[in-house]
Amino acid sequence: MLQYQDKIQAIAARLLKECKVDLVIGFRRGTVPMMNEPYVARTAEQTTNLIWDSHCGINLTNYLTDRKEKIGIVAKGCDSRNIVTHILENKIERDQLYIIGVPCQGMVDKRKIAQAVNGAVDQVIENGNEITIKGPAGDKTVTKADVLQNNCSLCKHRNPTIHDEMVAEPVAEQTDIDAYESVRAIEAMDIDAKRAYFEKLLEPCIRCYACRNACPLCYCPTCFVDEHRPQWVGKSTDPVDNMTFHFLRAYHCAGRCTDCGACERACPVGIKVRIFTKKLEKDCLELFGWEAGLSLDTRPPLDVYRPEDPDDFIK
Amino acid sequence: MKTITIEMSQWAAGIAKLKDAYRVWSPVRENDYHVFKELNKDALPDLDFSNTRLSAKQAIYPQTQKMFEYTLDESRPDHHIMHEAPDTTGPQAVIGIRPCDAAAFLLVQKNFNTPQYKDPYWVKAYEKTTLVGLACNNPCSTCFCTSAGGGPFDEKGLDVLLVADKDQYLAKVLTDKGAKLLDAAGFKDEADAAGAQVTIDALREKADAAINSEIATDQLGAQETLTLYDAPFWEEVAFACINCGTCTYLCPTCWCFDIQDEVRGHNGVRMRNWDSCMFPLFTLHGSGHNPRDTKIHRVRQRFMHKLKYFVDKYDDGIQCTGCGRCVRACPVNIDIRNVCNQMNRFGTCPA
Ligand code: SF4
Ligand code: SF4
Ligand code: SF4
Ligand code: SF4
Repeated sequence: MLQYQDKIQAIAARLLKECKVDLVIGFRRGTVPMMNEPYVARTAEQTTNLIWDSHCGINLTNYLTDRKEKIGIVAKGCDSRNIVTHILENKIERDQLYIIGVPCQGMVDKRKIAQAVNGAVDQVIENGNEITIKGPAGDKTVTKADVLQNNCSLCKHRNPTIHDEMVAEPVAEQTDIDAYESVRAIEAMDIDAKRAYFEKLLEPCIRCYACRNACPLCYCPTCFVDEHRPQWVGKSTDPVDNMTFHFLRAYHCAGRCTDCGACERACPVGIKVRIFTKKLEKDCLELFGWEAGLSLDTRPPLDVYRPEDPDDFIK
Repeated sequence: MKTITIEMSQWAAGIAKLKDAYRVWSPVRENDYHVFKELNKDALPDLDFSNTRLSAKQAIYPQTQKMFEYTLDESRPDHHIMHEAPDTTGPQAVIGIRPCDAAAFLLVQKNFNTPQYKDPYWVKAYEKTTLVGLACNNPCSTCFCTSAGGGPFDEKGLDVLLVADKDQYLAKVLTDKGAKLLDAAGFKDEADAAGAQVTIDALREKADAAINSEIATDQLGAQETLTLYDAPFWEEVAFACINCGTCTYLCPTCWCFDIQDEVRGHNGVRMRNWDSCMFPLFTLHGSGHNPRDTKIHRVRQRFMHKLKYFVDKYDDGIQCTGCGRCVRACPVNIDIRNVCNQMNRFGTCPA
């Protein structure tokens, strides 16, 4: 990971020096363990602030929306897929971007790390596949695979699908992954059990919208929950309103979500919100053979119509 | 005032007894964090926590508060007439609140309980609440209460301060409300006050020394408001922010709300819900104009309010008690400590 960092800094410095881009979007070291801050370097000197480690789980595509400059952006696999989606949806132009591709080895789940030491974490040190956690309760070393974000354990596109320059050779993609076990478990429930499951899942939701705002797909100028003339969704944390928000948001992400996990990572109360988008991802794969963000050459399934569409009710 | 000794063996029975006279709120573990909940009959406080994910403000200022009820059923004589929602407040105790959260009520009070304006919901609930604090023997690395006007053993705003000492609590009685509560719980074993204070002082010194992060606030008042408002650093501060409600909803001192009507069938309620200066809708005018229509405007507002406007208006410190929640929970690591220090030193000679 450290080699990645040197390479990211070198590429970013070169791009800025040569005036190939106006700014480079990456991460800088956070002030608390496991929390890096999305950062924009505008001069070659500032590129020494750019870092890379296993805590870069926020999706940087979120910072591209409607920008007009020429931009260098550091992109891991899922970020690159959201960049593709952004380009397809006209939220940024391909030739505005210089994509610094990072072959990703997975991001670490800060909650699993905290659980491993039962509470406070003072420092997290990475050494290849080993992660050493230092906390007031003592040190502990864990294997990275055991503390990955769930979406990273299930990821099949660790290498960027689009890039202008890579910081390293591609990594091996994970195979033999059953990505939809959790979805099937819910599909198998009867309707009452499903409702009870969702109510319980969303009970702690405080409607802070960190999940929505961390998501690069959620760029609508006015989100449906913010519509107020007339108002579409109630503002309290009533269970029905909470469900309405989450279900509808998930539908809006159908065929677009890359399972980057930024939403789940951002939630202050640890709600596993990906369960909703995962279901729609599964449907898109099964119905249309579609995975989001793999190529600039195909339109997403929900914004095209094909005459040979098997659903003959659409005429 | 006196100090009472509570043996751990007396604790459960005392809490049970307390529930006869009070609604009892305390931290409980939920998933992998603690939150304040109203305890049901058999539940016990879980005081094995550093701090709760959400602050204790919801015990007095719930996220949703029903204010009025009405009917739209025109066959009823009182249709379209607002009735006050039934008063559901009663004596309540918040057990295990940290000193930073208790101090926050005193800051919030400056807004909700003034000589001219009294927010009836907040004032009534606050008056009926007894705050039993739990001193922080082991503050977290993100706590900075000692430079935000408080401390891990700070007594301000509390009725009782509990100090965990080996297998007992030393309960320092701070107000009559506090004495009444301990009485109701049947905690009566008076400690030798001087001896107890020596123990408490020793633990306090250790805790104070364990706070390893701080902010500087001495220049905030002297800064020229508009110059600070126009400072170039806001753009960098705001870049990463995703304008979510995490920081404001978790904060014990954020007080903003929005009033909403909701109707189901013929039955309507008027309620107020927490709102956040980070949301664009917060300032959207009826005309469609939004005076804070960019992210920078909104981010700057949160920090200027807490660290400048509040300072100027009340001349009594900042609107932050240093609980560190926003520092820990912000998904993109916007750290109020850094922002405060930047604001404080802005324009001063770097040497
Ligand atoms: S919904 Fe969540 S996982 Fe999907 S793209 Fe948005 S942030 Fe990423
Ligand atoms: S981030 Fe979590 S608490 Fe906030 S709205 Fe999303 S699910 Fe709810
Ligand atoms: S500072 Fe952090 S927690 Fe607050 S609105 Fe911005 S991103 Fe959300
Ligand atoms: S601003 Fe942050 S540190 Fe200060 S009281 Fe609010 S949540 Fe706590």
